[in-house]
Amino acid sequence: MKITTILLLFCITSHLEAQRIQPITIDELNERTHNGPDTTYIINFWATWCKPCVKELPNFLSFDSAYIGGKVKVLLVSVDFSTEVNRKLIPFIKKLNFKKETYIIADKNQQEYIVKVDTAWSGAIPATLFIKGNKRKLVEQSLTYDELLQYYKNIQ
Amino acid sequence: MKIILALLLIAFCFGAKSQTTTLAPGTTAPQIKLKNIDGKAVSLSDYPSAKGFIIAFICNTCPYSKAYEQRIIALNKKYTTLGFPLIAINPNDPEAFGGDSFEDMKAYSKAKGFTFPYLYDDGQAITAAYGAKSTPHIFILSKTGNSFIIEYTGAIDNDTPGDDPAKIKYAEDAINAVLDKKKPTVAVTRAIGCRVKWKRS
Repeated sequence: MKITTILLLFCITSHLEAQRIQPITIDELNERTHNGPDTTYIINFWATWCKPCVKELPNFLSFDSAYIGGKVKVLLVSVDFSTEVNRKLIPFIKKLNFKKETYIIADKNQQEYIVKVDTAWSGAIPATLFIKGNKRKLVEQSLTYDELLQYYKNIQ
Repeated sequence: MKIILALLLIAFCFGAKSQTTTLAPGTTAPQIKLKNIDGKAVSLSDYPSAKGFIIAFICNTCPYSKAYEQRIIALNKKYTTLGFPLIAINPNDPEAFGGDSFEDMKAYSKAKGFTFPYLYDDGQAITAAYGAKSTPHIFILSKTGNSFIIEYTGAIDNDTPGDDPAKIKYAEDAINAVLDKKKPTVAVTRAIGCRVKWKRS
């Protein structure tokens, strides 16, 4: 009985692990990406309603250190409205079985947080930020897997 | 021959540029004459008593634009009586994405209860002339002599979801400044929203 309960709990928690979504501010995100100068951080800004974002998501979900041969962390930051989290975002993440760090933007002031990400960003999505040490590159377009790989290589 | 080529190249460069550069405050606003959803043409000169305008590039399909609809209706209500009526323009190419055709606009305006003209920018010439980048993208115009000057361009406020009581209402602040015969403190913000859907070449 106990083992079944433990197994069940384990199943539930590991299942939740894949779908947990945390609010994050850009300041916290910048903190997060300061860790480990040998890691390349790829931060994708997206939303469930944005068709080109949804189309390119599988490329980010499958972009992994195991295949690249370098240390890479993919962070998915949703800019969905807070009112859409339970209704749209969580079911979506569940359906696609996200295994990457998944966040929702917690900053209220859009004009402010956009500049903190990159002064060149118009605020439109999809947008992807590549960070390696002190190097940052914002790409304001949809990316194929090959393009993603190329930007990753360029920032090394 | 070389000169012609060079001129063509310059024309091309400026042509391309007009689609990406937003007109800055202080610039003369290009004249607008476009077909409204009722089939009649609307232009700035149809409003002889207007002190200025709120030009709002919006569409039927973008969640950011939709999030602002009630605020846009409220802006029109509040500022029409103060001499700043609102004119909405759909900047999207109807083929590029779907849902933004002239017929779609008619149905949408009716369903949402738009109380202002909703103009169809056939060929996207006005969108390019203003350099509208997103939906929603706002331009505040003020009357100077016989022409109109751009006073403010960008977002309506800094809170698309609309749930932050501390939001900064850039568009209202700009009109209020102009009504006070002042220049807006903040004249440019980022027009956060969905990119304008240009005709695929």
